[in-house]
Amino acid sequence: MSCLDLSAVELSASIKEGKTTVKEAVEAVFSRIEEREDSLNCYVTLDKEGALKSAEQIQKKIDAGELTGPLAGVPVAIKDNLCTEGLLTTCSSKILGNFVPTYSSEAVINLQKAGAVILGKTNMDEFAMGSTSETSAFGPTKNPWNTDHVPGGSSGGSAAAVAAGECFYALGSDTGGSIRQPAAYCGVVGMKPTYGTVSRYGLIAYGSSLDQIGPLSRNVSDCAAILEVISSHDKKDSTSVERDDTDFTSALVDDVKGMKIGIPRDYFKEGLDNEVRDKVLAAAKVLEEKGAIVEEFDLSLVEYAIPAYYTIAAAEASSNLERFDGVKYGFRAEDCEELHQMYKRSRSQGFGPEVKRRIMLGSFVLSSGYYDAYYLKALRVKALIKKAFDEAFAKYDVILAPCAPTTAPKLGASLSDPIKMYLSDIYTISVNLAGLPGISLPCGMDKNGLPIGLQLIGDCFKEKKLIQTAYSYEQARGAFPLAKEGK
Amino acid sequence: MANVITDETIEYVGILAKLELSLEEKEQAKKDMASMLDYIDKLGELDTTGIEPMSHVFPVHNVFREDKITNGDDRENILQNAPEEKNGMFVVPSTF
Repeated sequence: MSCLDLSAVELSASIKEGKTTVKEAVEAVFSRIEEREDSLNCYVTLDKEGALKSAEQIQKKIDAGELTGPLAGVPVAIKDNLCTEGLLTTCSSKILGNFVPTYSSEAVINLQKAGAVILGKTNMDEFAMGSTSETSAFGPTKNPWNTDHVPGGSSGGSAAAVAAGECFYALGSDTGGSIRQPAAYCGVVGMKPTYGTVSRYGLIAYGSSLDQIGPLSRNVSDCAAILEVISSHDKKDSTSVERDDTDFTSALVDDVKGMKIGIPRDYFKEGLDNEVRDKVLAAAKVLEEKGAIVEEFDLSLVEYAIPAYYTIAAAEASSNLERFDGVKYGFRAEDCEELHQMYKRSRSQGFGPEVKRRIMLGSFVLSSGYYDAYYLKALRVKALIKKAFDEAFAKYDVILAPCAPTTAPKLGASLSDPIKMYLSDIYTISVNLAGLPGISLPCGMDKNGLPIGLQLIGDCFKEKKLIQTAYSYEQARGAFPLAKEGK
Repeated sequence: MANVITDETIEYVGILAKLELSLEEKEQAKKDMASMLDYIDKLGELDTTGIEPMSHVFPVHNVFREDKITNGDDRENILQNAPEEKNGMFVVPSTF
């Protein structure tokens, strides 16, 4: 058995027992990358030299008993919108194509303290704006189960890398489903924690009130261990929440007796693929058989989540992306005669079409005369959506739903119609608006051999209930394979 | 009601967004923005009278800290990313 078959936590244990070394793990994962990367394009940047160097240092610390955590020595892939000191961080955009940060994001620092080895930076939709990883300036990532299909997005590179064994786990970011939806399409576990749980310091901002960093992993145990490491109160992020309940691995308990699970009828209406519906409902049945109390209910407002989200996210994006102006870092257009022309040309040549589309929409909804009608209206609808969830969580511990309406679409099928692409996030987006935690885990395959994702949604700060429910389901389901064969 | 985006609006949005669009891009942007706004207009179906706009899901308070320098002088590293630099400063084209 190759060390590539181990989960992150298993690999670390195996290193500590002396059965394998950090260097062996790094070399094994790079040989897998060399085998598959040409067809998958999971990474924007690989850092083999840096990884081998840090492997040596981490091995010494493990041998000396200084590093004892569950992720010590495990190679990780980082989404390319998380700053990594000295390592190219592009956001998959031409405008940051040459940007080398002088500092690392807090989540990455937390991983490094826990003994993580950084393999490289994963491909994504440009500035995390997209649902397929096709808007990347560096070409699309392919789905490792079938390379004619997208891996989802925007954390598509991270999800595909985990599924293909091109890393042991990865970090992603989730603004409207960008961790959970690619996790579903690629057959891995992905979690978006409660807003404020993981510091956003060093995450290149898209929609600041919605963005949250989270893990993509091979199983729920890894997911809990990673979340435990990256969660921290950080003075450098003023929205970071102080929590004393981040011992998430304590929730890895195989028991859902009495757990109240609500299934929102509105998520099972028109637009949901039959195979996805059947597999998700079968997963609910499994939990019911294990003693959970499963009920259907009406969540309401589902069709308003996407329009509210695009208004708010575009508004925040237009403001956040003002900073890319060609002055201090990143791309600068050539031959500009004056400053204002340089701003405009650098931005126009540096941003791709989807990013421009959202910046323009955001500028419009924030402009004088439209601010109330669009932006404030969306914030009022957000309040209604939050209230609908509050009412649901007064009755249920966990909401069970599909993660996406279909399995992974074919490459190119979504790009031509932005609104169609936006609809793939219909079941994930309201979770961000309400600041809730959500997890996606595989619950089967469709007839074409593409994975189906089950989504569990919890009330704010109730990650443990999600982890416990997901873990219990996973125990009944059995191990889910990596995408080894592919096409 | 279907939204129609005029040339003037796209021109104005281009100024706000600091983007220089080609004629072709402008035409596409007019169509895209109109269809997005048609879609967003769905929010008008909901009665939100008396509902406060919610910018944050949790109560957020101002976070204060002492105004103390905690980072070192990183000028050399920071300037490594500069598109153009001279004597330890960023160089930009003429400002007028």
